[in-house]
Formats: sequence, structure tokens, C-alpha cells
Amino acid sequence: MTTPLPNPAIQTVNKAGLSKGDYKGLPSTLCQGCGHNGVAAQIVAACYEMNLVPEKVVKFSGIGCSSKSPTYFLGRSFSFNGLHGRMPSLALGGMFADHTLKAIGVSGDGDTASIGLGQFKHMVRRNLPMVYIVENNGVYGLTKGQFSATAERGLQLKKQGTNPYLPVDIAMEALISNATFVARSFAGDPRQVKELLKAAIAHNGIAVLDIISPCVTFHNHENSFHSYSFGKEHEEPLHEISYVPPKEDITVEDFEEGTTREVVMHDGSQVVLKKLEKEYDPRDRWQALHMLEDAHSHDWLVTGLIYVDPEVPSMFDIYNIPETPLNRTPNEKLRPSREALDEVNRLMF
Amino acid sequence: MSKQGLVVNDFCITFSTVNGSGSATANTTLMRALFKMGIPVSSKNIFPSNIQGLPTWYTLRLSKDGYMGRVEQDDIIVAMNPATLHKEVQYLAPGGVFLLPDDFNFENPREDLIIYRMPVKKLVKDAEVPPSLRDYISNMVYVGVLCFLLGIDLDLIHQALDFQFKGRQKPIDQNYQVVEAAYLWSKQNLVKKDPYAAEKMHGTDDCIMTDGNTAGALGSIFGGVQFTGWYPITPATSLAESLIEYLPKYRVDPETGKDTYAVVQSEDELAAIGMAIGAGWGGLRSMTSTSGPGLSLMSEYIGLAYYAEVPVVIWDVQRVGPSTGMPTRTAQGDLTQANFISHGDKNMIILIPGSIQECFEFGWRAFDIAERLQTPVIVLSDLDFGMNMWTSKKFEYPDQPMDRGKVLWEGDMEEFLAKHGGEWGRYRDVDGDGIPWRTLPGNTHPKSGYFARGTSHNEDTGYTEDPEKWEIIFNRIANKFETGKQYLPKAIADESQKAALGIIASGSADPAVQEARDLLIKQGIKTDYLRIRSLPFDTEVEDFLKKHEQLVVLDINRDGQLNQLLTMTYPAYAAKTTSLAHLDGLPLNAKWVETQILSLKEVK
Repeated sequence: MTTPLPNPAIQTVNKAGLSKGDYKGLPSTLCQGCGHNGVAAQIVAACYEMNLVPEKVVKFSGIGCSSKSPTYFLGRSFSFNGLHGRMPSLALGGMFADHTLKAIGVSGDGDTASIGLGQFKHMVRRNLPMVYIVENNGVYGLTKGQFSATAERGLQLKKQGTNPYLPVDIAMEALISNATFVARSFAGDPRQVKELLKAAIAHNGIAVLDIISPCVTFHNHENSFHSYSFGKEHEEPLHEISYVPPKEDITVEDFEEGTTREVVMHDGSQVVLKKLEKEYDPRDRWQALHMLEDAHSHDWLVTGLIYVDPEVPSMFDIYNIPETPLNRTPNEKLRPSREALDEVNRLMF
Repeated sequence: MSKQGLVVNDFCITFSTVNGSGSATANTTLMRALFKMGIPVSSKNIFPSNIQGLPTWYTLRLSKDGYMGRVEQDDIIVAMNPATLHKEVQYLAPGGVFLLPDDFNFENPREDLIIYRMPVKKLVKDAEVPPSLRDYISNMVYVGVLCFLLGIDLDLIHQALDFQFKGRQKPIDQNYQVVEAAYLWSKQNLVKKDPYAAEKMHGTDDCIMTDGNTAGALGSIFGGVQFTGWYPITPATSLAESLIEYLPKYRVDPETGKDTYAVVQSEDELAAIGMAIGAGWGGLRSMTSTSGPGLSLMSEYIGLAYYAEVPVVIWDVQRVGPSTGMPTRTAQGDLTQANFISHGDKNMIILIPGSIQECFEFGWRAFDIAERLQTPVIVLSDLDFGMNMWTSKKFEYPDQPMDRGKVLWEGDMEEFLAKHGGEWGRYRDVDGDGIPWRTLPGNTHPKSGYFARGTSHNEDTGYTEDPEKWEIIFNRIANKFETGKQYLPKAIADESQKAALGIIASGSADPAVQEARDLLIKQGIKTDYLRIRSLPFDTEVEDFLKKHEQLVVLDINRDGQLNQLLTMTYPAYAAKTTSLAHLDGLPLNAKWVETQILSLKEVK
């Protein structure tokens, strides 16, 4: 039952028989130029290119500008816009209902790094298989411009004055909680966002994407870490990244030998990283932490695939649940027999 | 006393020990033996919030009449804690029995007592157990002495130990040899001077011995629980742990060898309820278990589940609040909290089991109600039910098939669309009962997906700032709770005494009320009785209020919370209602209920 909705305007369709229009959501009500809109557009593109069926994707979000954005992509998918900072638990329960679905969670820096830091880290620790996107702008937009926990020290905001605290680095928090996929990107770099999304979707485990997404209304000062101009000037890609779906031959010619590194994902797909300069191995957690620390000291916005380990069992690999989604279990398998109750009664002594 | 001057199967024994000393094995062994003799027996464990070293009291009540409530005075005290001897001796009824180790320094302040001293150290020293186990096994001495004094067959003790240690010979033997030695010593050295005796009867036919948390967990398993998110908290922990114990026994699919359930211990109660609500939204029979502080933390999420219309079952095994309160003492103090939980207007369904058997029954029934009405259901148990061992009627197999409510899968959606002009909306009231049709994630019908949210939404789940569209949803949900009353367990009225005075109570107040009514009728005071089993209240509650000239509402809390809700719902009857509320962390006792009712002006 994956019949696409009839769409007379279809010109091109993907392998799922769906057009890009089948992946769209409602028109955005976020500010014009908001980085979040760009991310939503790349989610549409990535899902289309990965031939996902919208009904086989489930979306989750918390509260905030970022968390509103699931409305703006994959309108046919099930979605739950939950509570502020508590989306990971909601997603965990929802995914136990049907673990065959691809889950995409969208959160913000307030939702993840302030009120939701606890649930974020426990979701990571459990390796819940979902794409967890943090649209990170360092500011509370929906309440009109307060500092978030990812705002850098010394940042000045109109009503708030100067931020006296050091920021939380979401990628680093994910790494030290044993995340199995950590990436950072910049909303102004749509191609990289898309390729990272595709790799994240292919990953069988938690995939944390910290996407610096400038807030055009409350936080777009030229000197700020989360602004467009800063991002454009200081973005330092670790590598160019390409996602290659499973069973497609990688044309080695596309990547110069010796300067690429391939990571085979759990489903057989590959992520090909083209080195820019340094020898960087995204499977080395210590190197990843070191790199992030180094980037801090240089004020670099390092983007790319920071860390991946495709071999770690996901949460669902640990549980002995059936291949058929639990929410399709027939009632007769859920209620034990009368004989079982007789036995229970005999045990109650 | 019976003809022979004996008090048979109608007395109370309290064991005073230090917690962490292993007395639980000794106490439950005795309880099991008495149960096997056919004597209705119940226990109250009064224990500290501590792992080792503080005083603990465990009371066994034998009641040939089947009374399960707590009693105020002890007939026999086994004093194994030297620090509390002088306190305990005050609790003994006139002519009571005091057992203590022979090496305790104790001067008897009362002349009416019968004292037996037990050579605990010597008997334990003679036993062939490693020194590290001596303290644990020393409690078996009083088991042996009591077997002699009360007339309990040692074979029954052996059976109980066999059950306790699941047939493992070594601990069975180690414990039993101490019991036997103490029994033989008693036979040779003690002269029975007290009147208390245990005699075989048939008071536990068709009965089981268990606690409410085990019952609730098993009821949930027979209700088809598929997902549990939980966080440890006294006194609810053993409910989730019972799920973990029994689910692998009864809920592995024999065809695939796969589990039909998942249990996740969360990082806190916020996550426990979040997980449970996510799973409920996904179509799983989903639950969490907690106590007061956890329920407070779950408040925001429960509001979301109410408004997004997600089925979920929340067990609150109540302890004494507010704040951290008394984790190891019982109360009915979360009733108004549960009823009004979370901000904004809303309705909450509350089930209140009044027996261990009902803990099982509401375990499965809660899922039917939650899924039928697509809303959270809070089951209010308490520590007295949850953690104490009771003689209970056997669990009964559910008398109804599982009700999964209004769910549309792919084929159902096709039929639904054909019937309803090609349209479906998640929150549309197509049947006029306020209950919409829901779809579940994974449904591949292209019209099945929807956007659940806690923000204001229209009937098709879209975000809206249109007040008229909000109001449609608010009022439709209110109607759902009106029509939904038919699915709730009705209050049970006993009007056999045709009395002018009506008692209203709920939950674990029931045993004390039942016993108090028997005490009152012996004095010529008739009472009718209504036991509330669910909220919101339905017509049978109003009928009872209307019918009786005078009403008392019993609560195990400070403020009379059940009375508050009744008078708020039915202000017309408030003037004839008296609140009898009592909170001391202990289960309600019949004597208190009797005294309070006798002291009412009009009752004479």
C-alpha cells in the first residue's frame, strides 16, 4: 500500500515512483531567509534522492522555531511535535511502535542544549536509530531573542546585553556520550547539508547533525559564530562528502586515489570523504575531540562528518523485538491464555 | 476466647527488627505457613527509607473473619531490635506476649505481659552456617519458637522455604535446621502460658497470597502491555520489576521466539512518560509506573497526551507527600493532583482499585479504557496495596476481549473513506460520541499520516489560531469524557442495611471500612457504603449522595481529597457530608473509623 497520491504535474519520479512534490510540506511560516528553511529543503531533497516513502518516515520535534519546521517537509509522514526538550523520549517510544520507520527529529539549540540536554544525551547513549538535527542559531527566536546555551561568550544581543558564559558544543556533547554519528554543517552550504543528511539517514543508530543555522531576525551579527557572514568566512570543511547508495558502484575516478576515505555504512551504502588538507579519520573519536578543541581555539567553524562508527548495535538490535512492527502484533499474541493465568495463580503464594 | 480459653486465628503478631537483617524471609515464611493452614492472613511492613540499620516493623494479622485492615494493638511482639524494646512493649494489648532474645537487657515495665526469652545466639551458633549468614539466619529462631507456641506444623515451614528459595536445597536446609532446632528447644524448655493459637481452617480456599504491585504488573501483562517506560521510585519500583520478571515468562511469541513487549528504564520520570506516550501514540499498549514525585514530573507530558489524545496508562503507587515526603509510608494524597494534573482545562480518568484482585483487573482494564477513549488513564494504587502481602481472591481472567478502540489500518482507511465521502480527519467527531478515529505510524495509506501536536489544532490536526476551531476541539473532547463514562468501573454500593448514614471511601481504605461497618452494626448502627472505583464520577455516585441523609467521606490524606472532589462535583449535597480524613503514613484501621463515626453528633 505505497500508492503515491495522484499528481498530474509529475514530470520526474524517483525509484519509489514519487515526485519531489510528494516530499513537500506546508509553506514555511518562519522568517524569510531563516536557515531552518534551507535545512527543510535539503531534507526534502535527501529523502527524494534516497527514494524514501513518506509514510515510512516519522518526524519528531520539540518546541521552538526549529521544532516547527517538520510542518514544512514530508507532509504525508506521521509527525509528533512534542514538548520542549523532551522529544527524544517521545521518539523512542514512537519508534518502538514501528522500528522499521526512518525517524527524523528536528530540534534547536535551546531545545537540545538547554532544557533538553539530559534527554539528548540519553538518546545518544542508547544509540536510538534516528536522524537528530539541531538547527543551531545560538538564540531563542520564538520568544524573541534570548541567549541559548550554544551562544558564544561575549555575544551581544539587543535586550540581553553580553553573554557571560561559555557555550555548549553540541557535537562534543554527542561525542562524549558515545554518539555513533556526529556531523556539523552550515545551513548556507546546502550541498554538504544534503550529503550529510543522506549519510545520516543510512546510519543505523543515532546520527547527530549540528547545523549552524543563522537567525536572520534576532541573531545575525557579522561577528557572531552563528551568522551567515561568519559562517561563510570561517567555514572550514573537513572534507568534501559524497553519499553513495548501496549497490551502486563507486566510480573511483570521481575521487582521486589517496585523498579519499570511504566509510561503509550498515546498509552497504558508502560515505566518501574527499580530503581537503589534513589526514582526518572520522572513525577516531579521540581525534574528533581533538579536532573540535583545535577548531575552538582557532575560531574555525569546522564542518563535515566528524565521527562515525557504523558497527555499533542500535537500540533495536539490543532488544529482542520481532521484525514485524510491534504495533502490528495481533491481539491474540498479547493476552496470555487462561492456562497461563492458572499457572500465575499457583505461583502467588 | 473460645471454649478452651484459646484465642484462635484472630490476633496480631509484630516482628520488630533492624532493616537489612534478613527478617523478610522469616516473616513471609511464617505468613505462607499460616496461609497454607487456610487462615486469612495479611501483613503490614512498616519500614524506613533506608537500606540497613534502622528499625522495621512487620505485622501479621490472622483473621478468621477475613479482615485485612491494620489493627492498632499487637497481641504478640517479637522484639529483635534492642534499641526499640521499651517502645514496643507499650504497643502490646493487655495480657500480650513479648518474645525476645535471652541476652537482651530488658526490665519488664508491665505486669500483665507474658514474656518468652529465646536463646537466639546459642541456637545460631550451633547451626552449621557460615558466620557471615548468622545474623540473617537468627530470625529463623523466632519462626521455630512461634511454631511451637501457636501450633504451626513444621512441614508447612519447609514448604514455604522451598517456595521462597525456589527449591535450592542449601538455603532451604540452612534455614530449616534453625527453625527445627528452635522448635525442639521450645518444646523442651517453654511452658505455654498465652492463649494464642493457629488452627487449620478453610479461609484461603480459592485464594492467593500476593501484593498489589505484582497484581498490577500481571494485570497489565494480561492486558497486553507492549511498552513500559519507567524510573525507579519507592513504592512503585516493584511494579516495573514484576513486569520485568513475568513478561519473559508469558509474552514471548512461541512462533518467532521474539518478545511482544519492550521495557525501558529511563533517565527520569519526564523521559519515562515521554517514552510511554510516544509508544501509545504509535499504537502500543503503553504504561509507566511511578509515585507522587514522579507524577509531579510527568505533569506536562500528561497534558500533551490529553490534548493530542494519546492513550497511555500511568500507575501511581502513592506514598506520603508533599515533596519527597515519606517514601515508605502510605497515603491517598495524590487524588486531587491526579485529577487536576497539568495546566489548562482538561479531564482525567482515574481508576482506584480497592483490592489486590482489582489491582490485577484494573491492570488490563486500564488499557481498554485508554485506547477506547484515546486519553491518559491514571491508576491510583498506594504503598499499602503495592508493597504489602495480602490474602486475595485469585486473579480472574479478563471477561472481555481487548478493546483497541477506533484504529484505522490501510484497509480500514479505504472503507472509512468510502463511507465518509473520501475524507478522514484525525480529530473529527464522525460518530457523535466525541471519540475520533486514529491512525498509527507505519500505516502506508497515503491519507493516514497526520501531525500530532500540543499546540492548538483544528479537526484535521493543522495548527490554527482560529478561536472557533479551537473551541470545536475543546468541547468535543469534553463530550468524549461524558460518553466515555460508560467504559469506567462503576462505584459499588452496598445498601443492604438500608441506612440513613452512607459511608463513601475508595482504594485501600476499603478493608478498614468493611471491618468498621461490622463493628458498628454490632452496636446497632447501620451504615450503607459506596466504594468509588473511578473518576469522573457517574450517576450511581450522585444517586448515593441523594439517597442518604447523612454522609461521611473517608480519606487517607490530610485534606479529605475525595470529599473535596465530591463536593465540588455535587455541591448540592455538600451540607450533609462530613469529611473523615486521617494521615499518619499508616494504613487506615477499623477502630479509628468506628470511633470517628460514633463521635458524629447525629449518630447515636
